[in-house]
Amino acid sequence: MALKSQPIIVNIGPQHPSTHGVFRLRVAFDGEVVQDVEPIFGYLHRGSEKLAEERTYTQIVTLTDRLDYLASMTNNQAYVLAVEKLAGVEAPERAKYVRVLIAELMRIASHLMATGFFINDIGAFATPLMYCFREREKILDMFEMCCGARITYNYMRVGGVSHDLPEEFYPALRSFLAEMPARIDEYEELLTENEILVARTKNVGVISPEKAINCSISGPVLRASGVKWDLRKADPYEVYDRMQFDIPVGAAGDCYDRYKVRIEEMRQSLRIVRQCLDQMPSGPVLARAPSLVRAPAGAEAYGHIESPKGELGFYLVSDGGISPYRCKIRSPSYINLTALRDMLLGWKLADLIVIFGSIDINMGEVDR
Amino acid sequence: MDVIYNIFAILEKGIVDGLTPSLGAEAALAVMALIKVFLVANVGLIMVMVFIYMERRVLGRFQVRIGPNRVGPGGILQPLADAVKIMIKEDIVPKAADRLIFNLAPVMVFVPVMLVFAVIPFGVGMAGGQKYYMSVADLDIGILYVLAVTSLGEIAVLMAGWSSNNKFALFGAMRAAAQLVSYEVPLVLAVVGVVIVAGSLSLTKIVEAQAVPFIFMQPLGFVIFITAVSAELNRTPFDLLEAESELVTGYHVEYSGMKFGMFYLAEYLSAFAFSAIISTLFLGGWQGPILPSYVWLLIKILFVFFVFIWVRATLPRVRIDQVMALAWKFLLPLALINIGVTAVEALLWPTFPWFLAPVNIVIGVLAVWAMAAAFRNVWEPQWKPARLATAPVGG
Amino acid sequence: MYGLGILKGMAVTLRHLFKKPFTVEYPEQQVPRASRFRGYEFVWYEDRCTGCASCAKFCPLGIIRIETSPAEDQGVGGKYKLEKFDIDTGRCMFCALCVEACPYDALFMGSKFERGSYSRAGLVVHKEDLNKGEKKPSVYYRPHLEAAGYHNEKELSAREVGRW
Repeated sequence: MALKSQPIIVNIGPQHPSTHGVFRLRVAFDGEVVQDVEPIFGYLHRGSEKLAEERTYTQIVTLTDRLDYLASMTNNQAYVLAVEKLAGVEAPERAKYVRVLIAELMRIASHLMATGFFINDIGAFATPLMYCFREREKILDMFEMCCGARITYNYMRVGGVSHDLPEEFYPALRSFLAEMPARIDEYEELLTENEILVARTKNVGVISPEKAINCSISGPVLRASGVKWDLRKADPYEVYDRMQFDIPVGAAGDCYDRYKVRIEEMRQSLRIVRQCLDQMPSGPVLARAPSLVRAPAGAEAYGHIESPKGELGFYLVSDGGISPYRCKIRSPSYINLTALRDMLLGWKLADLIVIFGSIDINMGEVDR
Repeated sequence: MDVIYNIFAILEKGIVDGLTPSLGAEAALAVMALIKVFLVANVGLIMVMVFIYMERRVLGRFQVRIGPNRVGPGGILQPLADAVKIMIKEDIVPKAADRLIFNLAPVMVFVPVMLVFAVIPFGVGMAGGQKYYMSVADLDIGILYVLAVTSLGEIAVLMAGWSSNNKFALFGAMRAAAQLVSYEVPLVLAVVGVVIVAGSLSLTKIVEAQAVPFIFMQPLGFVIFITAVSAELNRTPFDLLEAESELVTGYHVEYSGMKFGMFYLAEYLSAFAFSAIISTLFLGGWQGPILPSYVWLLIKILFVFFVFIWVRATLPRVRIDQVMALAWKFLLPLALINIGVTAVEALLWPTFPWFLAPVNIVIGVLAVWAMAAAFRNVWEPQWKPARLATAPVGG
Repeated sequence: MYGLGILKGMAVTLRHLFKKPFTVEYPEQQVPRASRFRGYEFVWYEDRCTGCASCAKFCPLGIIRIETSPAEDQGVGGKYKLEKFDIDTGRCMFCALCVEACPYDALFMGSKFERGSYSRAGLVVHKEDLNKGEKKPSVYYRPHLEAAGYHNEKELSAREVGRW
C-alpha cells in the first residue's frame, strides 16, 4: 500500500546564498525529491532595452556593461559588433586583435568565477573559490591598467576600443600567462578526481543533446551535452578565423562535464591569448567614425558572439537617428533557464543547488 | 620540577586533606568534586574560544588569506566579540512556533555535551605516593557513558527543527535524525575494538594500556571512528545539516540571540569533547616525554582539531543519501571486520604485543581498499528521475 | 585506489597553508592603482572650462548641471560666465564619457575613491567643491599626461594639465 503524502512547496527565495543573484524558485518537494519547479525572476529588471532607445550608440555601451556584470567586456564586444554591422563601420586590425585578447581574458575570469562558485555551492567551504579569485584579481588588475575600472569597463567603442594597451600591460600579461597553466593544473588536482565531487556531480542534471538543441541552449552547457557548437568556429567574428584552438566537448551532459568543459575552455583561451599577443599588428585602435554614430533608416543588424555563458546577441533596428529604434538583447542565461525545469525534476534538494550552479547563469542578463 | 608535573594532584590532595578535619571525609570529597566540575566547565568554555579562533585563522590560511586579526592583538579577542554580539541580540521567537520545545531545545543540546567532560582524564599526577587522575569522575564504564550521553543531543536537533515551524528547519531536522542516528552505529562498533585491546571500558585504563598508541594498533578503528565523529559533529564533509548554501543553516535558522549561542557553543564544545575522546582512545592520552601530562593532551587535542579543519577546508559536502550509504554500506562492514580481526587476535595473543601493530595496519589498508572498490558502485549509482509532477505549482 | 583523489586534494590545501596570504590589509596597506584608474571624483579646472556643456550632453544619466550667463568682458568665441557646475556623484556611474567629451581638457577623472557622505545631498559636488579639491587627475583618456609619465605625484596647474 503506497504512503499518501502531500508535497510541500518551498520558496527558495530571492535572498539565498546560492541563487547567483536575485532569483526565486518555487519548488514542490515530496520528501526531498523535486516534484515541480516554477522559476520566478524579474527582480533585477532595469529596463535596459527601453533605456537603449533613449541613449546614443556610444552611451549604450555603458548599459551593456551591466547586463552580465561579471563578464562586461564580452557584452561590450557583442553590442559593438552589432553597431558596426548596422552603421557599416570597420574596425582596424589592431583593434580586432585587442578585442579578441581582452574577450578571451574575460572568458577566463568568468569561468574562474563560475567554477569557484559552483564548488562553493557543492560545499567545499570557499577554498577553491579563494584560489580562483586570486587569479581573477590578476586579470582584473590587467583590465584596470587598460581602462581604469575593474567591473564596468566601458572599454569598447564603435570602431575599436577606447584606449590602446598600456606599457605595463605586457609584462603583467606575460607573467600571468607563465603561471596560469600551473594554477589550472592545481585546480584540477584539487577537484577533478575528488570522489565526493564526482559522486555529487556525475550523472546529475543530465540533459540530452536533442533536448539541449530544442531548448536553444548555448555555451558550455550545450558543449557538455556533446554538441560541438561554438560560435567562434561556426560563425567566426573578429579574428577568430586566424586563431588555432580546440573546442572541448563533453560526453554525458551532466554537471561534471560542464565543470570539465569550463576548465578546458580556460586552457584554450590561454592559447588564443598567446596567439593574439604574437600576431598583433601595430596601428590605430579606433576607426575614424563620428562620435554620434548614425545608421541608415530602416537598417537592422544582429551581432552575436560566444560569451562565456553562451550566445549573446544584439538585434538593433535603426530609424536614422542617433539612438536605435529598438535594441533586443538575446541573453544566453535567460534562454538557458528555460530548460531548468526539465533538468531539475526528480532530483533532490541538494542536487537542485548543484545543477543550478552548474548552468552558470547571471541574473543581470536574465532580467536585463 | 616535579611540582609542575604534579601540580593538580598536589592541589587536590591538599584541598581534600585540608577540608577533612572540618567537614568530614565525604563532604570534603564532595567539595573537591564541585571544584573540579567548576574548573572543567570553565576550561571547556575557554577552550571553545580558543577553538573558534583557531578554526577561523587556520581556515583562513588554508584559503590563502588572513583570518580575523582586527579585534585585539592578532585577533585573539574575536571569539569574545562574537560572544558579546550573540548575547546582546534580540531573542525572537516565531509566532507560530511551539514555545516550550523551542525554548527547551538549546538547553537539551548543550547539557549532554557538558556531561561528557566528567570522564575525560586530562592528565595524571602523583601526590603523597598516590596516583591522582585529573578527571572529575573516573567511571568504570567511562566510554560507554560518553557514547550514551552524546546520543541525547540528537533529539534536541529534532526538537529545534520541528518547533521552528519553518520548512527549511524541518528539512534540516529530518536530515539530522537520519544522519546522527545512523552514525552512532559505526561510532560504537569502532570503540569495541579499542575496548577489546585495552580490556576495560574505563578511559584511564584505556590510556594506560597504550604502550603502543592505538592509532597503530587499531588503524581501521581509528579511521572509522574519526569519520563517524565528523558526522556526529556536523562537520564537513557531513555538514549538510547546516549547509549554508542550501538550507541557510538548517535546523537552527529561526534561533537568534543566546539560544543560537547555545547551539554554536554546543557545536564547538562537542568538537572539543570528541577531540579529547579521540586523543584519549587512539593517540595515547596524556602520555608523552618531557612535557607535563596535561600539556600533552592539549597538544593532541589541538592536532586532532587541526585535522578536522584541514578536512573542512578541502572536501565538498556529501548528499544525504550518500551519507547514509557511507554509514551503512561502508563503515558498518568495516567496523565488523575490525571487531572480528581484533577478537581473533585477542584469542591468540591476549597481551597484544607490539608486532600486531604493523599486522593490523596492513590488514586495515587491505580492508579499506577492498571495501572502497566494492563501495564505488554503490556510491555512484545511475540515478533516474523519480516521480514527476502531475499538476503545475502555483496559480 | 578509490579515495586517493581526496588525499591529493588535501595535499594541495596543505601546500597552500604555508604560502603567503594574498590579503592586502586595508586601510594600512593600499592596493596599488593603475595610472588610468577612474576614481570616484572629478578634477576640474575652472580656468580651462568655457561652459560649452559637452560633458553634460554626453552624460548618459544627465547628472551634470551647468548654468551659464553671457560674460561681459569676452568677445565672440570667448568663455561663458559659469554660475553653476554641479555633478551629482551619488548617481554617477563614473563611465568617464564626460571626460572623453571635454574638448578643452578641463574635466578629468580623479584618482581617489574614499569619498563618503552622510546624506545623498552631500554627494552632489558644486563648483566650489571642485575648485577646492586636490588637483591630481587620472590619466584616463588624456594621452599627453600618460606620455609624460604622470601618476599622481604632484598637483597639476591649469597650464600644465592640458594639451595647449
